[in-house]
Amino acid sequence: MFPDKLNIPLGKSVNALVDWLVVNYGDAFEAFADALLTVLVWLEHLLRATPWWLVIVVIAAIAFHASRSWKTMLGLSLAMVAIGMLGLWDKAMQTLALMIIATGLSVIIGIPVGIGMAMSNKLRAVMVPILDMMQTMPSFVYLIPALMLFGLGKVPAILATVIYAAPPVIRLTDLGIRLVDKEVLEASRSFGASRAQILWGVQLPLALPNIMAGINQTTMMSISMVVIASMIGARGLGEQVLTGIQRLDVGQGVEAGIAIVLLAVVFDRIGQSYGKRSQRSSTTGAGDGA
Amino acid sequence: MSYIEIKNIYKIFGPHPKKALKMAQNGENKDNILAKTGHTVGLQNVSLSIEQGETFVVMGLSGSGKSTLIRHLNRLIDPTAGEILFGGENILQMTTARLNAFRRAKLGMVFQRFGLLPHRSVIDNVAYGLEIQRTDKAERLKSARTWIERVGLAGYEDSFPDQLSGGMQQRVGLARALTTDPEVLLMDEAFSALDPLIRSDMQDELMKLQSELHKTIIFITHDLDEALKLGDRIAILKDGALIQVGRPEEIVMNPADDYVRAFTRDVNRSKVLRAKTLMRPTGASDDVTTANTTGWPEIDSNMRLEDILPIAIACPYGISVIDHDHQKIGTLSKDQVIAALAA
Repeated sequence: MFPDKLNIPLGKSVNALVDWLVVNYGDAFEAFADALLTVLVWLEHLLRATPWWLVIVVIAAIAFHASRSWKTMLGLSLAMVAIGMLGLWDKAMQTLALMIIATGLSVIIGIPVGIGMAMSNKLRAVMVPILDMMQTMPSFVYLIPALMLFGLGKVPAILATVIYAAPPVIRLTDLGIRLVDKEVLEASRSFGASRAQILWGVQLPLALPNIMAGINQTTMMSISMVVIASMIGARGLGEQVLTGIQRLDVGQGVEAGIAIVLLAVVFDRIGQSYGKRSQRSSTTGAGDGA
Repeated sequence: MSYIEIKNIYKIFGPHPKKALKMAQNGENKDNILAKTGHTVGLQNVSLSIEQGETFVVMGLSGSGKSTLIRHLNRLIDPTAGEILFGGENILQMTTARLNAFRRAKLGMVFQRFGLLPHRSVIDNVAYGLEIQRTDKAERLKSARTWIERVGLAGYEDSFPDQLSGGMQQRVGLARALTTDPEVLLMDEAFSALDPLIRSDMQDELMKLQSELHKTIIFITHDLDEALKLGDRIAILKDGALIQVGRPEEIVMNPADDYVRAFTRDVNRSKVLRAKTLMRPTGASDDVTTANTTGWPEIDSNMRLEDILPIAIACPYGISVIDHDHQKIGTLSKDQVIAALAA
């Protein structure tokens, strides 16, 4: 037996910390949660109130803008129609709202953090283990404190999704910026470009294909979080899977599962098409004569 | 004082350069320093004076520190010790803002692998320097168009770099560096990545431009023929240390050591020696200008032996050598030309 005397009461300390946060900063958390909830509820309401065909038209338009291909546009529209035919349109819209907010939040936080990591080796040394932890830690572990801080419902579901889904966009932003051709950067510096001019004019445009790949992965991961998020009160397709499991209703679970996959395919295709287009406009053409 | 003064520059690469610097300043050998401290000596006590309007070539093999040296001139790399003066101003003491202003106003750089912005069209690449200076859009596109035309790329304004051949890409690089009208042009192995024929074209193009623009050009190369062709003066660098500085003729005729001699052994002298080194200057003791030189062919003092040869053979008397103001500064006889070839 490992001697009890050497036990570290980490669990107790964490409990104390969470209690302390709830007591002292409960209001602040609530205000943040309210703001997030307002946006989410508004978006969810908008998506559910919009006629189904209009939603499909908008998604089809985005798909065409991304891929410039009638085939892709038609295929993705049919996928959306199939979700409706499974009788899951309303649930899918709830999931979609959650996913858009979570992905948006991940990107808003992730890109600046990624830029910071590319600029500073120190920040990178700190962030890499944190990102590893965010991706490997079972989501239930951080769902519990999130529940205590924000209560049951959509807000902790979004936060859990962000924690799980943000790492790819952070990592790929960092990687993309670090991969920018050193000579191109030198050229920019040699003309007297300021740091901001280099960031906006050279680093971000050239890192764009990688950043787009990161956003795509982040989107996929936030879709995959919907089932777990439903356990703490997020509605939508995940909830269908969850109740399917609870009632041993295999059919309902499969239907909802298919709808989740279809939704994932739609956003994956759109994301990849945008990624390819950004690649075409910023290939590293310089240097092929070397 | 020269326009650009580089004084006792040392560059040590590694985590704690100060300690290795002491050893380098005491004249310790590069390999010993690497073995004892794990630090690489990039440049060892390099001092150079570069005059305004000259084409100064730094020649060395890979690892000689030549690319490191040129990056000191616009502070893409900072030295471990030493001073760099431009027109009397120490650029190492400049703040970031002052340094950026200095780079914008005075310097243009051309890179070995071109360093073009792959996401921008040719014209936007060429206009980049002016864009950094926040020049008005219409104005910068106008200058960019002028320079694109001047380097022979008219019609390619809207192409992207990856649609162009290597030679064309480097023309874009050259136009980009010239669009801001810099006083100094830094060229880091600018033509090394190009095919031999294209390289020769680009060298001629650069010499033509230089004869009109009179920029101060610092040109890095590993190719002695290129150095001899382009350089008013040449510095030879080996293992981060300066071996010899001199005019092409001096390098070829009086190599400083065996290293330089090995380089110059296979050089075609008729491509290096010029009229002004071979001629008998006006006013010298054996001056023959008192003789009647009317009807003698006149040649530029920079003309090379290979071009003088056919003139000398066709001409029964002598040749007059003139400078760029068309003043007669010396004479050449057929015998002198043949003697120079035979030497």
